[in-house]
Amino acid sequence: MQAVEDVSVSIRENEFVTFVGPSGCGKSTLLKLVAGLVPPTRGSVHVRDQIVREPFPDVGFVFQQPVLLPWRTVWDNVIFSIEMLGRKPGPYRGAAADLLTLTGLQGFETKYPRELSGGMQQRVAICRALLPDPSLLLMDEPFGALDAMTREEMSLELLRIWEERRKTILFVTHSIPEAILLADRVVVMTPRPGRIARILHVDLPRPRTMDLEFDSRFKALSDDVRSLIFARGPERR
Amino acid sequence: MTIPFARRALGDYVIPAATLIGVLVLWEAVARGFRIPNFIMPAPSAILAEGWEWRYRFIGHTAVTLYETLGGFALSIAVGVPLAILIVYSPAMKSAVYPLIVLAQSVPKIAVAPVLLLILGYGAIPKVVVAFLVAFFPVVIDTATGLAATPPELIDLSRSYRASAFKTFVKVRLPMALPFFFAGAKVAITLSVIGAVVGEFVGSDKGLGYVILSATSYWKTELAFSAMLLLSLMAIVLFGAVSLAERVLCPWLAPDTQE
Repeated sequence: MQAVEDVSVSIRENEFVTFVGPSGCGKSTLLKLVAGLVPPTRGSVHVRDQIVREPFPDVGFVFQQPVLLPWRTVWDNVIFSIEMLGRKPGPYRGAAADLLTLTGLQGFETKYPRELSGGMQQRVAICRALLPDPSLLLMDEPFGALDAMTREEMSLELLRIWEERRKTILFVTHSIPEAILLADRVVVMTPRPGRIARILHVDLPRPRTMDLEFDSRFKALSDDVRSLIFARGPERR
Repeated sequence: MTIPFARRALGDYVIPAATLIGVLVLWEAVARGFRIPNFIMPAPSAILAEGWEWRYRFIGHTAVTLYETLGGFALSIAVGVPLAILIVYSPAMKSAVYPLIVLAQSVPKIAVAPVLLLILGYGAIPKVVVAFLVAFFPVVIDTATGLAATPPELIDLSRSYRASAFKTFVKVRLPMALPFFFAGAKVAITLSVIGAVVGEFVGSDKGLGYVILSATSYWKTELAFSAMLLLSLMAIVLFGAVSLAERVLCPWLAPDTQE
């Protein structure tokens, strides 16, 4: 089965790109292709002039579920990425402590995941992804399982982290406001098979806050995205 | 939410203990009041007295049954866990082995016991094998379930870090399966006791199962009951030991979710 078709997008270093679209438009598949977890049947993925044929270590992955290891403390969960990369955790101690401070998790190092709220668990997952300092961060609906208020909080926090340590972020979401709030560019996708409907530039000033939702340009952009997703094609139910 | 200590103690200890004592007192009263003969229904006091009389002879019989039980349990883990790993990692092995396991499970083990004794002789080995046959199924099924329970995202994550399949197995899948394994092991240890006793019933001259069988043929019901009491105690202690091992090896499991 073909999940995506004719998807062509080039992303600049340190750019924040969000992919928005309904279920079944192949957003998650796209991230797996970029990470080298699944090989493309046609076409290719290039990262820094290298064709991606297999997983490469310069990637951080955050999923919809935190998927932490329940038997590991917060600290050991953050270190997990380093261990799996086969590196010595020693030199990363300082960086891990910094990340936990940055995400407001200091003091929780020895807690187990079950003792944390969903938002805090997802923060741990973000720290785990960031600790090896990858230049590419892939986020597959990372806030999709959180309640609306935590979700807004986490979006702003992610922006703050990104301002502080620039990375290229590919961020998949169902939420149109979230997609616009975070992105330099929004890739709007339509389903079956997944195609790019349009790529929109978000020329809104940074740093951004929730107040942006009252901005007329923000409204115009979300209307654009909405009409692209919902007013498309005769195959829509 | 915290329940006051006194109320918790009442629910956890006082009520069960009072119920148990009440039942024993009622039993004693009925047995004595209606003058029921010991060979039909011995009173608790008669059972305890008989057990006390047999205390030195019981040591050897208990040791034999314990040995057979632990042997069967150990074998069920030594065979069950690798089998579960094979089933989860190799689809071919799964389609080859799974029907055999289900077939082995569906044969009534009590019916197999006499044949096993015929093949393996009279000693402890056939009892260990019966205990193993009875106990290994939950170990295989629960461990396999646990190994398959790893979220696919974690497998993807490990792959994106280019970790080897072995490393992913040791660091992710195996610990993920540990609570499931213990669920199977807790069932297996109590089943092992049953298997050992069944093996002894079929043919033996040692062990608590043998004591029960020979006691009943001499109409010494109180002796049979005291052997049963020892068997239950043994099963409880063994179950407690496995639960303890679970708590030590899985400290992340919430204490309030363990009943």
